[in-house]
Amino acid sequence: MNDTVKNTLLFAGIAILIVGTGFVQSWNSALLILNMGLISAIMALGVNLQWGFAGLFNTGIMGFVALGGLASVLISTGPVPEAWPGPAFQAFGGLILGAITMALAVMVWRKMPKGRNRGWAVTAILVLGFILFRAVFDPAVSVIEANNPATSGNIGGFGLPILLSWPLGGVLAAGAAWIIGKTALGLRSDYLAIATLGIAEIVIAVLKNEDWLARGVKNVIGLPRPWPVPLEVNLQQDPAFLERAATIGMDPTMASTLWVKFLYAILFAVVLVIIFWLSERARHSPWGRMMRAIRDNETAAEAMGKDVKRRHLQVFILGSAVCGIAGAMMTSLDGQLTPTSYQPLRFTFLIWVMVIIGGSGNNLGAVLGGFLIWFLWVQVEPLGVGLMNLITSGLSEGPLKTHLIDSAAHMRLFTMGILLLLVLRFSPRGLIPEK
Amino acid sequence: MDLLNALVALSNFVLVPGLAYGSQLALGALGVTLVYGILRFSNFAHGDTMAFGTMTVILITWWFQSLGIHLGPLPTALLALPFGIAITGAVMLGTDRVVYRFYRRKKSDPVILVMVSLGVMFIMNGIVRFIIGPEDQNFADGERFLISARTFREMTGLPEALAIRTSTAITLVTAILVVAALFWFLNRTRTGKSMRAFSDNEDLALLSGINPERVVMVTWLIVAALTTIAGTLYGLDKSFKPFTYFQLLLPFFAAAIVGGLGNPVGAIAGGFVIAFSEVTITYAWKKVATYALPESMAPDSLMQLLSTDYKFAVSFGILLIVLLFKPTGLFQGKSV
Repeated sequence: MNDTVKNTLLFAGIAILIVGTGFVQSWNSALLILNMGLISAIMALGVNLQWGFAGLFNTGIMGFVALGGLASVLISTGPVPEAWPGPAFQAFGGLILGAITMALAVMVWRKMPKGRNRGWAVTAILVLGFILFRAVFDPAVSVIEANNPATSGNIGGFGLPILLSWPLGGVLAAGAAWIIGKTALGLRSDYLAIATLGIAEIVIAVLKNEDWLARGVKNVIGLPRPWPVPLEVNLQQDPAFLERAATIGMDPTMASTLWVKFLYAILFAVVLVIIFWLSERARHSPWGRMMRAIRDNETAAEAMGKDVKRRHLQVFILGSAVCGIAGAMMTSLDGQLTPTSYQPLRFTFLIWVMVIIGGSGNNLGAVLGGFLIWFLWVQVEPLGVGLMNLITSGLSEGPLKTHLIDSAAHMRLFTMGILLLLVLRFSPRGLIPEK
Repeated sequence: MDLLNALVALSNFVLVPGLAYGSQLALGALGVTLVYGILRFSNFAHGDTMAFGTMTVILITWWFQSLGIHLGPLPTALLALPFGIAITGAVMLGTDRVVYRFYRRKKSDPVILVMVSLGVMFIMNGIVRFIIGPEDQNFADGERFLISARTFREMTGLPEALAIRTSTAITLVTAILVVAALFWFLNRTRTGKSMRAFSDNEDLALLSGINPERVVMVTWLIVAALTTIAGTLYGLDKSFKPFTYFQLLLPFFAAAIVGGLGNPVGAIAGGFVIAFSEVTITYAWKKVATYALPESMAPDSLMQLLSTDYKFAVSFGILLIVLLFKPTGLFQGKSV
């Protein structure tokens, strides 16, 4: 069996799983799995760029995904008039002051000769800068947050189409990746993993706490839909749509939810295809070969005159940008930003499982892993409950039985761990190995 | 100005909680550092192993409580601790046998071992949530305070109070005992010395006839004991929640790296550095400052550098500074 046949079969298997969900459960859940599967596949492509191409161990994916989500809020929501232009500009001015302080401190550290004076100078800059930053930033924030905290209390956004936030989410994530890469990329692999894990936690902490930015834990809800996707309510009042729903004999409410999800799926599929095509082109280009050379032997690549540090930074930014795009897409799909829902197990380590099981270094593998693992992540829960019901059917009703059935939902973490260990042990190159 | 009250407030809100948290971090970081020193990888499953160990202790505690076994003023969990350590140790040895040994024999890249530990992390996390659920569990019993705020006020007549909770005192005493025992073991016993030799230079240690499997086995047992104790102390002091334990991974790593990965003394120092930085940077200094400064200079802001939710940012910031300026940590650690 050659590779093409095998890969086609694998993807056909995924298609059967999703369509099967449609027949057995409902088409609504099938489309939900499909949509999140598409987004997961994009995230997996981003991680594959970093890990599969360049061997960078980034465990901060959650942070980049969340930044993409932030971008959708900042782009699509309308500006809050009370916060613009005064307080908002003042807040950003404070942030810029903070950034200048950091840059100045770094510059002084580099330029001044070593010695005690340098330490004092840098400390003085940092302390003064911090005081100045708080003096400018704090009053602006309290003005913004005091404005109608129940519904806004934030700066709002630019009121632009949410579709724009997809590329801009990527840009935002790329910017963050640049800063992080500049500081952390020189570190050894597991140090880099720990550093990025921490950065992701900080991004989430900022999202949760800085109410002026995106309302923090009060969440932003009711984000607009991306361009061709209508609201279900509008569809249900559209006579043309109602007629079409009637001709295929479908309940209008049901038809509208399905149609909306279907449109999302098309949009996401277009993005996935574009990113996949670009990644494939990158893999087959001299650039991709250089990346693999660096991954396999940094010293040799350096001896050949390749600038390893720069290439690492480049691929780190690209991969993070892809995760940012996926994050913005996910937030547009949900129509809301809830910072508390970002958890490292779901948004960082699950994506890693996708890449490793799919086949690191192979874009097709990453996409397959994205779909497969997402399908399992969703379906193991009901399967676990069903299995537990079967196992405990002989048990008499009681607290033990209730506990077992209630806990069965947690089986999915367990399943992911087992799958990861099995693949790492018996097929470490994944389902579709790198050629 | 009222320096005495300032000192009491400082002890109550910064020094005592910092000491307790620092001891918990130190015990956790010791586990991370030992795994790194002997098995040569960063164990991402450490936080969830801790959750697992604590869970066994909690379950046994509940069982003891239902049997009516109590330790008087001390929490019953202390009685359950040895059993919890034994079970966790057995699970760790089993994990090593089934999972890690294969890669060790193959001499896999450390990154692969880190991936493997991610798998173990998922499994442990799943098991813990499956058995005890994802919610908060409170299992502290016995006397709540060694010195309650009221007793302290009656004793000293000061308006500020220094309350010392039993859990804090137990944490400190246990941590000192455990660390003393560990260092005695590492420096004085044959097995301990062979562990240090193995960590310093694997090939030389193998040449001199040290059995690597035995060293690894002892390491896992010690790590099981350390994590279970650290987790139980943390749970008694605050509360047990699987997700919080997972998140403790970051301060653990920060502490171990700040001290120098692979160096036990460094791990302890690192634990306290991280704990005190977190507490001092996120504490609102207004109260202490009001007491300590002359009245004319009394602050009207909270004097809090960062809100408490940014405590991860603090440990992370210190981690980054150390990594950038002194990658081997404060005490010479490994940098393989």
